Amino acid sequence: MEPLFESLIEIIRRTSAEIPDDVQRGILAALENEKQDTIAKNAMEIIERNIGLAKEKSQPLCQDTGSVLFYVDCPVGYDQMEFADTARAAVTEATKRGFLRQNSVDSLTGKNDGTNIGPGSPTFHFHQTREANVTVRLVLKGGGCENVGAQYSLPNIKLNANRDLDGCRKVILDAVQQAQGKGCGPGILGVCIGGDRATGYELSKTQFLRNLDDENENAELAALETDIHNTANKLGIGPMGFGGNTTLLGVKIRAANRVPASYFVSVSYMCWAFRRHGAKLDGAGEITEWIY
Amino acid sequence: MIELTTPISEEQIRALKVGDSVAISGVVYTGRDAVHKYLHEGGELPEGVNLEGSIIYHCGPVVVKDDAGEWKVTAAGPTTSIREEPYQADIMKKFGVRGVIGKGGMGPKTLGGCAENGGVYLHAIGGAAQVLAEHIAQVHNVYFLEEFGSPEAIWELEVDQFPAVVTMDSHGRSLHAEVAEASQTVLEQNL
Ligand code: SF4
Repeated sequence: MEPLFESLIEIIRRTSAEIPDDVQRGILAALENEKQDTIAKNAMEIIERNIGLAKEKSQPLCQDTGSVLFYVDCPVGYDQMEFADTARAAVTEATKRGFLRQNSVDSLTGKNDGTNIGPGSPTFHFHQTREANVTVRLVLKGGGCENVGAQYSLPNIKLNANRDLDGCRKVILDAVQQAQGKGCGPGILGVCIGGDRATGYELSKTQFLRNLDDENENAELAALETDIHNTANKLGIGPMGFGGNTTLLGVKIRAANRVPASYFVSVSYMCWAFRRHGAKLDGAGEITEWIY
Repeated sequence: MIELTTPISEEQIRALKVGDSVAISGVVYTGRDAVHKYLHEGGELPEGVNLEGSIIYHCGPVVVKDDAGEWKVTAAGPTTSIREEPYQADIMKKFGVRGVIGKGGMGPKTLGGCAENGGVYLHAIGGAAQVLAEHIAQVHNVYFLEEFGSPEAIWELEVDQFPAVVTMDSHGRSLHAEVAEASQTVLEQNL
């Protein structure tokens, strides 16, 4: 239990304080891409400086350390309940050490007991694999950007969106237009086409586990991702909604089966402070390799 | 970069326009949901707080006591401002507040209040908790800590060259409304 506890604290620390390389590259490219002497350029400069400072001081990139989402791949026979107990203890300790803000509120009483532990907090997604090792991925999902996520039921008459990829394109772009700068853009979209209301949103979030510069295996979805990314950046919403060239840093889309009666498109928005890391663990719970 | 030092006069505020980058120095007060609701319902300012010519910062800072017992801000980014839309204009008018710092912008009521009474909305960089904390030189005092809890309390902060952008000015312009309108036009051309 000890090595796993320490490994999880380190995963939390790193996720909170250090932006992953793929996102960092996206942010640097966005910085280059904004015109000199504009407020958009200036915003990107401050963001870039903030990333450096957080890493150097080993402190949260943003004070909203968000919802704590664990994605765990584990072999058959792995004790998931023990993992969850250890992870909850690690979250509490990481909160004490200041890597996480006291960020979990009882929805009925409004109380915040300062531990970040409670029903649904943190959240665990376990998946069994045939591999011998355990892989832990962690996403810290901020609240401001979560609030601008959206779920559409097609057809949507107002947006003239039918049950096809063009309809999906219309509603996804609508989500970008509605979000403006409110989700602390430039943002990243995770999208799921299909599923039910719950799995749709859940799967949209798993898209944040993908590398920003990977390519979708499905050619149609790959084309849609590129199209939405490029179109969104033409809108001129820009960093923080200040106007500018970079509205999105990336778009990741997957599909899931649906029932004939439903056609949902679920869009999750991730802010520039995209906090996601992951590691492979050996049998003892020691980190053997970082993923991102 | 335009330097602003609190207290700020109406004339200085009227000279600002959408798109101006400013560096704010002097005393600012944090205030978010609980404070706005309380003041709007007729609550009185605690003794020692003077909002005349001042700035309200929509922020729930992370503040710790250092070894010497002094408050220190370790993270201080803006929170979403639109939640204060029902209250903001009235509070600015009643207490002579000249500016609010936040993120995401505010609506027509606040914009109207800014025009009528001489105020601006200053957008800080959302998420830039570490950079912004570096511009907070000192914590002078805290009010309502017991009543509202740390994130919701009124923190009296001395800021130094705190960076922000004027996104709503006292002449009726809102960058948020303008960008949303322009992006809607481009979107329609690309559907
Ligand atoms: S949306 Fe992201 S960057 Fe903005 S305040 Fe929330 S967590 Fe921080």
